[in-house]
Amino acid sequence: MPEIKNYTMNFGPQHPAAHGVLRLVLELDGEVVVRADPHIGLLHRATEKLAEHKTYLQSLPYMDRLDYVSMLSNEHAYVQAIEKLAGIEVPIRAQYIRVMFDEITRLLNHLMWLGAHGLDIGAMTVFLYCFREREDLMDAYEAVSGARMHAAYYRPGGVYRDLPDTMPQYQASKVHNATAIKRMNENRQGSLLDFLEDFTNRFPRHVDEYETLLTDNRIWKQRTVGIGVLTPERATALGITGPMLRGSGVEWDLRKKQPYAVYDRLDFDIPVGVNGDTYDRYLVRVEEMRQSNRIIKQCIDWLRSNPGPVITANHKYAPPARESMKQNMEELIHHFKLFTEGMHIAEGEAYAAVEHPKGEFGIYMVSDGANKPYRLKIRAPGFVHLSTLDEMARGHMIADVVTIIGTQDIVFGEIDR
Amino acid sequence: MTEKKSLRDELTGLLSDNLVSVVEALGETTIVIRASEISGVMALLRDAKELRFAQLIDLCGVDYSEYNGWEGSRFAVVYHLLSHAHNRRLRVRVFAEDDDFPVVDSVAGIWPDANWFEREAFDLYGIIFTGHPDLRRILTDYGFVGNPFRKDFPLSGHVEMRYDPEQQRVVYQPVSIEPRVVTPRINREENFGSD
Repeated sequence: MPEIKNYTMNFGPQHPAAHGVLRLVLELDGEVVVRADPHIGLLHRATEKLAEHKTYLQSLPYMDRLDYVSMLSNEHAYVQAIEKLAGIEVPIRAQYIRVMFDEITRLLNHLMWLGAHGLDIGAMTVFLYCFREREDLMDAYEAVSGARMHAAYYRPGGVYRDLPDTMPQYQASKVHNATAIKRMNENRQGSLLDFLEDFTNRFPRHVDEYETLLTDNRIWKQRTVGIGVLTPERATALGITGPMLRGSGVEWDLRKKQPYAVYDRLDFDIPVGVNGDTYDRYLVRVEEMRQSNRIIKQCIDWLRSNPGPVITANHKYAPPARESMKQNMEELIHHFKLFTEGMHIAEGEAYAAVEHPKGEFGIYMVSDGANKPYRLKIRAPGFVHLSTLDEMARGHMIADVVTIIGTQDIVFGEIDR
Repeated sequence: MTEKKSLRDELTGLLSDNLVSVVEALGETTIVIRASEISGVMALLRDAKELRFAQLIDLCGVDYSEYNGWEGSRFAVVYHLLSHAHNRRLRVRVFAEDDDFPVVDSVAGIWPDANWFEREAFDLYGIIFTGHPDLRRILTDYGFVGNPFRKDFPLSGHVEMRYDPEQQRVVYQPVSIEPRVVTPRINREENFGSD
């Protein structure tokens, strides 16, 4: 009888289930994974090194491009680090806007995750459903910043501008006649807040639709229950954060435990799992979508009744209003200095973390008092999660590797940085 | 603030001889420890019931060679720890003693996620972690030469890559990009323009 040895198989980087450019070297015993060695760095752009050569404001749009599925959450951590170091006070309205967009971002991320995760395991329809709702949220991004994805909307000291009073409208075209356009524009007649309120009213029903398709689906459960189990102790030791950690039953959410912005004024719950398997992490994320919807609702109510400034009046860090800049010499100097030399941040170091949709996203910033950061370290949750792939996949079938990659919610923009 | 105070007290109580310095700034606590004592101190930080830093949130290298007015060692490793039990964070900094051959003990045996973080610091800064189970490059290309995040490594790198139609393969050649600085790095003296 011939001696049968383990063999090694290459997976990716060009593979639809690799979520970007993951290259896995899998050692297999038949169909069982003995060892998984992820090779990362194929999307490495040295964001941290680039940031050392740019002013604080110039680096901000790079943050969108880290985890390109949850853009504004990345920016939030970055501006928080600057605000902490420089001691900038952020107006309360700006904080509410940030929280609202953080939660919109969480929905964007979880919808993308649910769609892609479903697709990986073979549930095609969920993907189409999720992208339908993502479209509305992207429109909210576009209305507020002009860009559907890479918003660059948060600024040190606040947000770039207040919420718009009108929504962009669909135009008649070859594929949509005037009646269809009228129907499509129905919920776009008011302000951005009206549009979002309409969205939050119908979104819970859409989540019910996803759950109808998946939660009690026999195939879905066969593919996810008992796959990639993490005990709470092991998950903690491995440095796992966010929904991955909560899926294992550890109730740890920075929004509750170390609240930033205005999360301590809002009412929401933290879902936790029991078994720590892929199915529980799915349930946790779906429930998080419902909770995000609740938070958005509360923010809309508050923002409607409380107008006010959305960016700090300290012109060392935020530009003056366009009008006053044209009439006032001092404001003109501030504007010129801010956009050429940039702001100087006091010497020191700070670590600011946010509860990013994927876990704890942190920015460690060292400043020596110059107009550029001396060192910027991005703590990406996906980096740590992917490092546990070997442990999570060991002993599972090769088809489950795809499930585990999906449940880790991997995006290469942040892992490779 | 009372909680932060007690963290300082507990640290000085437990680690008095090992602490080089304790700094509290911006609501964060930073301790500096000696590279030779890292394994024992880190295990204590994780296991002592007053501290219980069960998670290593982040580990990164820092190259201080161009820091304004810096006189200490060139390379440091910075650890960010998180304690769920006490809801506290701690930053630990360790300086590598030799600037030309920076060596620090690995903490991968204490927190398993240090494995990839240390590979990253090794890749980008060339810091050697003794006792690491698998110290390979992680982010840079296969066969990359140099440590790109060191301050003396140019932003545009040393080599660029292109497809050579004659040899019918990808070749490396010296970079053709001229390095340029659009906004210079400016460090004003203290209180510049304050009056």
